[in-house]
Amino acid sequence: MSPGDVLQSPSVRRATLDNGLKVVVQEIHTAPLASVWCWYRVGSKDEAPGLTGASHWVEHMNFKGTTNIPRERMKGIVERFGGTWNGYTWIDQTTYFETVSSVALDEMLFLEAERLASCTYEPAEVEAERTVIISELQGGENDPDQLLEIEVTAAAFRAHPYRHPTIGWRGDLETMTRDDLYGHYRRYYRPNNASLVIVGDVDTDEAIRLVERRFGALEAGPDPKRVRTAEPAQLGERRVKIEKEGTTAYLKSAWHAPAVVEADFVPMLVLDAILTGAKGLNIWCSFRGAAPQRKARLYRALVETGLASSVSGAMLPTEHPFVYGISATANEGVPLADVEGALAVEIDRVGQNGVTPEEVERAKRQLRARTVFENDSVTNIAHQLGYFQTVASIEVFASLGREIAGVTADQVADTARRRLTSSARTVGWFLPVKP
Amino acid sequence: MTTTVARGLSPVRQVLPNGAVALAQESPATPAVTINATLHTGSVAEPADLPGLAYFTSRVIDRGTERSTAEEIAEALDDRGVTLNMSTTRHTIGVTCSSLADDFGPMLDLVSDVTCRPVFPEDQIELRRAEIVTQLRQDQDNPAVRAVEAMFALLYGEEHPYGRPPKGTIASIERIDRRALVEFHRTHFVPRALVVSIVGAVGAEQALARAARAFGSWQGSSGSAAASSLEEVHSRLARAAGPPARQVSVTPMMSKSQADIAYGFVTIRRTDPSYYAWWVMNTILGQYGLGGRLGDNIRERQGMAYYAYSAFDPHVIPGPLMVRAGVDGANVSRTIAAIDQEITAFAAGGPTTEELEDTKRYLIGSLPRMLETNVGIASFLQTSERFGLGLDHDRRLPGLVSEVTLDATRAAAASLTPDHAAVAVAGPYQP
Repeated sequence: MSPGDVLQSPSVRRATLDNGLKVVVQEIHTAPLASVWCWYRVGSKDEAPGLTGASHWVEHMNFKGTTNIPRERMKGIVERFGGTWNGYTWIDQTTYFETVSSVALDEMLFLEAERLASCTYEPAEVEAERTVIISELQGGENDPDQLLEIEVTAAAFRAHPYRHPTIGWRGDLETMTRDDLYGHYRRYYRPNNASLVIVGDVDTDEAIRLVERRFGALEAGPDPKRVRTAEPAQLGERRVKIEKEGTTAYLKSAWHAPAVVEADFVPMLVLDAILTGAKGLNIWCSFRGAAPQRKARLYRALVETGLASSVSGAMLPTEHPFVYGISATANEGVPLADVEGALAVEIDRVGQNGVTPEEVERAKRQLRARTVFENDSVTNIAHQLGYFQTVASIEVFASLGREIAGVTADQVADTARRRLTSSARTVGWFLPVKP
Repeated sequence: MTTTVARGLSPVRQVLPNGAVALAQESPATPAVTINATLHTGSVAEPADLPGLAYFTSRVIDRGTERSTAEEIAEALDDRGVTLNMSTTRHTIGVTCSSLADDFGPMLDLVSDVTCRPVFPEDQIELRRAEIVTQLRQDQDNPAVRAVEAMFALLYGEEHPYGRPPKGTIASIERIDRRALVEFHRTHFVPRALVVSIVGAVGAEQALARAARAFGSWQGSSGSAAASSLEEVHSRLARAAGPPARQVSVTPMMSKSQADIAYGFVTIRRTDPSYYAWWVMNTILGQYGLGGRLGDNIRERQGMAYYAYSAFDPHVIPGPLMVRAGVDGANVSRTIAAIDQEITAFAAGGPTTEELEDTKRYLIGSLPRMLETNVGIASFLQTSERFGLGLDHDRRLPGLVSEVTLDATRAAAASLTPDHAAVAVAGPYQP
């Protein structure tokens, strides 16, 4: 199903319970599976100073036992039905899912209702998880590319809380208390701040009835405070240089990007496809594989010239304006200045000469194909419905196909000229130092 | 309500006149088709002095063929939003891609072309060489890669192909020339080593007919020399037994934040009758829930690691069972002690009846997920073909798992002895 089909499809049903819980159900009978996702409108941007990383830590705590599912019974609750489960936290959202035999739908709804309202936050579990999360952070620090990304993002934002990493700053992870976490949990884990998505081999009426039964009695809470900060315009280039023991040099260049609901979003998506190849829109699956990019401008300018071993771009659908980032790994012996210079030439060339209609058509074909590939399982389809419901709306998701089809070369060039300016960019270098 | 997967797969199979095998399964769920062309050759087939040759070959075959230039291939792929995923393991080189169903024909011809008729242009060799050298430099800076490679070297010995780095070394990659690439392709890319699986929104018979057209006339070299040398390699490697006593290696990387531990054993071949008992055993030890018994101890109870699990990878020769964990340098000794303790207890007592039954139910119940996507089915068909498991393997699999007994699982667990483990640590740690 392509995004445009979503609203027309008789198999997608939406409902809202009296307590505000939004429910989306789509029947797909290809396999005897159901994918259940519960989404919360809370991510790292909702964290105050001192509490960075709270949303992600709360996500970890919410796998550790509830009033009616003691800790030791959590293990196996999904596996008994052949299922897989996971969760993730990012800048705008926190989400949990189970993909299981469809006969277990009600058990999964019970689990998610418990997670929404009844997690226990035992102090000993909070402490055990503190070191697990610090271990997760350290694992990320082992990767120079991730280190650089955190520094560049922090430099690109002065005011907006998108500046801090989802995992949080280490100092906050060392000092946050059980009550800080529990308070964060109670503030945001309310039915009126959540969306439940069910996709698979289910009967819609029956699924909605089961959701009513499991979630209907949960109490709504006060609407959480929303981030109002708008990032002020960037007036000059910002640069970050990390010099650290390593073997390889990395470059990142970031510009302020439009939010998913802004008119510039789709032209930027097409521009990114022209520069680095289309990834699609599903951050759960599409960004794990390589993009089709052999004809992409930056691949030709950086990789096919031998300057870099890889180049990639990330234009992601977000609630507030985030960054559009381009990353390159310099080939052994190539100075980063040369990679940066070649990148700048290409960005200038788009600004001066625009893009060709052929490039725009290719980008559109790529985006259409990626949309099909990234909707190949009940898990991936449910992710897309829940993701857009949480960061924007399903209407926005449904309109993307039409909007992509309507983008013109002039729009792409105009967007590039206005947005990818040298004074509004943040450039990061990771320079390896020999031990 | 009936579902496609609940009825089981119904793949069709054809041996082409040149000996290549084609498999097809129709799956109309999405308007897309996955093509998986896998050659049964890999880094085990490399000459000992040219490690990385298989990987290098896989990186150049799709950059120019007798029929298409690199530029024409780029256009054919990018115009359709298709990425060719090239994968090289110790025993396989695979080309996989997914395309819209309308593009299936041209994509199948392209996959055939890059598999059977690459021309290895010099300029493309140099570009890919520089990329591989950079990847190898990144690997040198990656504690996870360093720990795993060190563990394989301890477990199998540096003379064994499993003991060599699968992407090669910078010195070997710099030594490999066009002649070596052409020769590796000529010797090892032969029809008898090729299995093509096609899954998606195309009729199975039609897919086979197209596969026969695309691959059937390819002759390649006779491949007999390659096949017998590969068989000789496999039979020599079949004796791999792991280290006679525990071996430990430490790669200090003091500027890193976290240390990686790889702790392994040599196990069995995929075709060993005890395979299913081992699969169940490994799931209990290091997979079920959040990393099985290992995850319960190292992550859940001791809070030392974000990941702690075990992976089991048997093939035509006895493959490894590898425990992995990433921990603070200060916790390395405690973590290794926890792994020793879990494995000793598991080897002595085996799983409980409850663990066994839960795990069997989980593995049987996982099958519909494994077979939900075109990519998943194409890969399942490759495994079934490679190990002679039959076209009905998906329907027999639940029975094979059900039949695993407590005694068989205990016997598998009992073969894990910490005294014979290969233990490698890389990161901010010095003993």
